[in-house]
Amino acid sequence: MLKADPNILTLVYGLLTGVVFGFLLQRARVTRFSTIVGQLLWVDHTVLRTMFTAVVVGSVGVYAMHQLWDVPLHIKSATLLANAVGGVIFGVGMAVLGYCPGTGLGAIGEGSRHAIFGFVGMLVGAGLYAEAFPWLSAHVLPVGDLGKVTLSSETGLSPWVFIVPLIGIALIVFAILPGRRGGQDRGGAVRTPAPA
Amino acid sequence: MVHLLRRSRWSPYIVGAGIGVLSWVTFGLMHKALGTSTSLVSMAGAIESLAAPEHVRDNAYYAKTMLAEGKYFLDWQMMLVIGLVLGATLSAWLGRSFKVEHVPDIWAARFGPSKALRYAAAFVGGVMLLFGARLADGCTSGHAISGSLQLAVSSWVFFACFFAAGIAAALLIYGKAGRRRAQS
Repeated sequence: MLKADPNILTLVYGLLTGVVFGFLLQRARVTRFSTIVGQLLWVDHTVLRTMFTAVVVGSVGVYAMHQLWDVPLHIKSATLLANAVGGVIFGVGMAVLGYCPGTGLGAIGEGSRHAIFGFVGMLVGAGLYAEAFPWLSAHVLPVGDLGKVTLSSETGLSPWVFIVPLIGIALIVFAILPGRRGGQDRGGAVRTPAPA
Repeated sequence: MVHLLRRSRWSPYIVGAGIGVLSWVTFGLMHKALGTSTSLVSMAGAIESLAAPEHVRDNAYYAKTMLAEGKYFLDWQMMLVIGLVLGATLSAWLGRSFKVEHVPDIWAARFGPSKALRYAAAFVGGVMLLFGARLADGCTSGHAISGSLQLAVSSWVFFACFFAAGIAAALLIYGKAGRRRAQS
């Protein structure tokens, strides 16, 4: 019943991608509970800096390749109610666990023991979702289902109308966020002391 | 370059740019988008099938994610998930930054040093994380990075909701004690 992709190259590509991804996440220390929860407590902005940079850099290259060489996009359906409710449950889970799925796996690699219990919980959560899927797909997933849309396809505007301002917003956000650039980001600890 | 590899912690901008460029490679060369949480569904299904194979075979979601024609249990993304653990281990080993952690400081500042309590909470957090990710059809990798960079409406909605809920939950859960500990 459990099949493996017969294309070995695809599997090798996946492994290499994962090694690079895990390496990068660990180097930014987003595989740490203190970094993730520090972000959610608005004390350490490493997560925001990392993700926003990834989104901006990624979008420029991916849309350029899409337009120049027809490289396909992989858009997930906008099932708006499910995206929103799922996002809220995910956000609360992230605050409790202190990792997201990818960084939690990386955390196990770098020695976090409680992340192992988080991983077991993730498997249970996945199983519960599979059980709930028939009901959810009948009652929740169809609410606000717009299909595989992007900001560009919905508005009829060029993707660059969104990407260029996004770059500007990223640069402004990076300049405003407290804390030193890179390294030991304990932003604001010196300049804005904790309220007593 | 060698200098950079020796430094155990990199700027978030370097890492972010690296993940962005990695996306170029996965989209352009492999025709894939970075993601992780679907593979956890396959793992859950595989474990469940040891006890109840018929039940897994009849489940519409497992059918959709790993049993359907052209879907595989061991696929590109499952290898990515395995590689992710290896990559983080490699980075921690090269940078000498392993950290065996049972109870994080911020957690202990609010809830005390009990390992059992922390493990239980981590388990519950994990359940919520994956249930939410599958309901939303993506997690921090699949939606917040891969989807947002494609300007997907679904992904930006997910991004805004998870970040806002995460901030509110963290402030409620860890409170001032946690925040003080995070700043020190």
